[in-house]
Amino acid sequence: MKTEPRAAATGKDGLSESELLGLYREMLLIRRFEEKTAEMYQMAKIGGFCHLNIGEEAAIVGTISALRAADYVYSNYREHGHALAKGVEARAVMAELYGKETGTSKGRGGSMHLFSAEHRFHGGYAIVGEALPIAVGTGYAIVYQDKPEVVMSIFGDGATNIGAFHESLNVAKLWKLPIVFVCINNQYGMGTAVSRASAVSEIWKKACAYDMTGERVDGMDVLAVRAVTDRLVSQARERREPSLLECVTYRYKGHSMSDPDTYRQKEEIKEWQGRDAILSLGNHLKQLKLAGDQDLERIDQEVTAEVEEAVKFAEESPEPDPRQLYRYVYADEEAG
Amino acid sequence: MAVKTLIEAIRDAMDEEMERDPSVFVIGEDVGVRGGVFLATDGLANKYGEDRVIDSPLAESSIVGVAIGAAANGMRPIAEIQFADFIGPAYNQIVQEAARFCYRSAGDFCLPMVIRAPWGGGVHGAIYHSQSIEATFGHVPGLKVVVPGTPADAKGLLKAAIRDPDPVLFLEHKRTYRLIRGEVPDGDHLVAIGTAEVRREGKDLSLIAYGLMLHYCLEAAEKLAGEGVSVEVLDLRSIKPMDDAAILKTTRKTGKVLIVHEDNQFGGIAGEVMAIIMESAFDALDAPVMRLCGPDVPAMPYNHVLEAAFMPSVDRIAEKARELAAY
Repeated sequence: MKTEPRAAATGKDGLSESELLGLYREMLLIRRFEEKTAEMYQMAKIGGFCHLNIGEEAAIVGTISALRAADYVYSNYREHGHALAKGVEARAVMAELYGKETGTSKGRGGSMHLFSAEHRFHGGYAIVGEALPIAVGTGYAIVYQDKPEVVMSIFGDGATNIGAFHESLNVAKLWKLPIVFVCINNQYGMGTAVSRASAVSEIWKKACAYDMTGERVDGMDVLAVRAVTDRLVSQARERREPSLLECVTYRYKGHSMSDPDTYRQKEEIKEWQGRDAILSLGNHLKQLKLAGDQDLERIDQEVTAEVEEAVKFAEESPEPDPRQLYRYVYADEEAG
Repeated sequence: MAVKTLIEAIRDAMDEEMERDPSVFVIGEDVGVRGGVFLATDGLANKYGEDRVIDSPLAESSIVGVAIGAAANGMRPIAEIQFADFIGPAYNQIVQEAARFCYRSAGDFCLPMVIRAPWGGGVHGAIYHSQSIEATFGHVPGLKVVVPGTPADAKGLLKAAIRDPDPVLFLEHKRTYRLIRGEVPDGDHLVAIGTAEVRREGKDLSLIAYGLMLHYCLEAAEKLAGEGVSVEVLDLRSIKPMDDAAILKTTRKTGKVLIVHEDNQFGGIAGEVMAIIMESAFDALDAPVMRLCGPDVPAMPYNHVLEAAFMPSVDRIAEKARELAAY
C-alpha cells in the first residue's frame, strides 16, 4: 500500500529519451514561468493573490504527464504549473495573470481561476477542497457515458482535513470511479505545519478509511512520481479503482506573494532546495549520457524564450471591455 | 388534461424528461429505492435503473458537487436536497461554484443542472424542516430560482428547468405537495422560466405571492370579493429572473400592491418587488406598497400556536388587504 520515498532515480524508469527530456523541459518551464511571475508581480503587472509552484515541479509534472490529453485535471489555487503541464499555453496563462482578454478566463479569474475546456483543465479553485466533489461528478459522467478517460483531482495537504475531501473519497470508492486523487503535500497549510493541523500527518493513510489504494512518494523525484502515477492511472482507467497519492514536496517560496514566510526555518528551506528536482533530473540525464550541459542550457534558453514571449503577449493583449461585464453570467449571455 | 397533485406533476416532469433524454439523471438522499422522502421520485429507480436514480450518501456538498462535475461533462443532473433546510453544507458548491462556473471560465463551462428542494412551513416541521431559502439564493447572480405554485406550473417549469442551460434552484413548497390539485395539460407542457402569471383578475388592488402563499392570497381575494373589493392576484413563480413587466403591469392596473411571503421580511423578496415598483411605477401608486411576511425570528417554531403566528394566514392577508383597499 505504501511506497517509501527513495533516494534517487536509477535508470530511465521505462521512459524514452524524449519523454525524459520532456519531463525536464516541462519542470524547467514551470520554474522559469513562476520566477517571471514573481518578477512581474513585484513590478505590479500582476495583482491580487498569487501562489507559486516553485519547488513543486516534480510532483506536478510527474503526475500530470502520466495523463492523456483527453483526461481531466481539477486543481486548486496554486495551479499555474498544473495548467502548463496539462498543455495550456504559457501565453494564455500569463495573459490571465495579467487579467487580459486573451487569458484563459478572459481576465475574469486571474491567478487562482484558470480554466481551459480545450485542454480538459477544469479549473483552479480558490476555496480549499471545493473541486473534489466536482471531480467526482466528472468521474460519474465518464462511467455513465462509458468513456475511457481518467480524472486527476489535485489539492494540497490542507484540503485533506475538509469534509468535502472525505465525502469525495467515499463516493469515488463506493461508485468505483476512475479518479486519482493527488495530494501535493508541501507540508504547510499556509503557515500551519501538517502535523499541527492533521491528526494523521501521513496523508496517504487517509485512503485506508475508504478501503482505497493509498501511496506516498518522494515529490522531489519526478521519475518516482511518474512511475507510481502511471500505475494509479492504469488502475483507474482499466479497473476503475480510485486512489490517493501523496507527493511529499516543498514550496521554496511563501504561501503567496504576500506571505512573509516567518513560520519556516531558513535551514529547512535550504535543505529542500538542496534536493531540487530539476537539478537532480539534470544530473541524472547527464549520468545516463542523454544530455550534456549544453543540451540543458539550450532547453533553458528555449523555455526562457517561451516565458518571455508569454509576457510580451500578455503585455500587448487588450484589457477586457467593461461593456462585457455582464457576459457569461448565464449560458445565453443575454439573460440576467 | 388530467387532474394531478403538485407532487405527481413533479414526478411526471422528471419521468418524461428522463424518457426523452438519457443524459438526465437524479441524485439525492433516498431518491432511489425509497423513492424520495416525499415520494417525488417514486418508481423512477425501477424504470431507469440505480445508475440514473442515485441514492447518494448523506452529504449535500458532494450531491451538488457531483451534479456540477457531471453537468460540466455532458450530463443533465437533477440533484435533490431532501429539505431546503439541509442545503447549508452545499452552499459553497451552489453559490461559489455552480453560480460562478460559467462566469469565471468565461463561458467554457456552463452548467445545465437542477437542484430541487422542498421548502416552506405549515407542517409542524419546526426549526429545520420549514425554512424558506428563496431570498438567500435569489441574491446570487448566475443562479435561477423557481417557485411553482400549481401542478401545471410545477410540471412545466421543472421540464423547462431540466432543459435550461444554467443552474436552476427549483423550490417546491412541501405543504402544497398533496394539498394542491389542479389540471395539468397533456403532452410536452413547458412553462418559461422568468414569467409571472395573473391567477385572478381584479381592479382595486394587487396581491403578489408565490408557493403556498399564492393559494392563501387567492382565498383572501375571494373573501374580499364578497365585500365588494376586486383583487388581482399575481403568481411570481420565478424569483430569478423576476418578471418585472408583470409586476409593473398589475401595479399600473390597480395602483395598490401588497406582497406576501412566509420567508422573513428583512432583505426578503418583497423588498425587491417594492424597489422595482418604486423605481418604475411610482407615479401609478395610490397607496404605499405594503408587505406581509414571516417575522424576523431565527426559524419557524414547532408549537402550533406559534407556528400559526409565524405563517401569514388567509385572515391576516385579508385584513392587510382591507387596510390597503381603504387607504
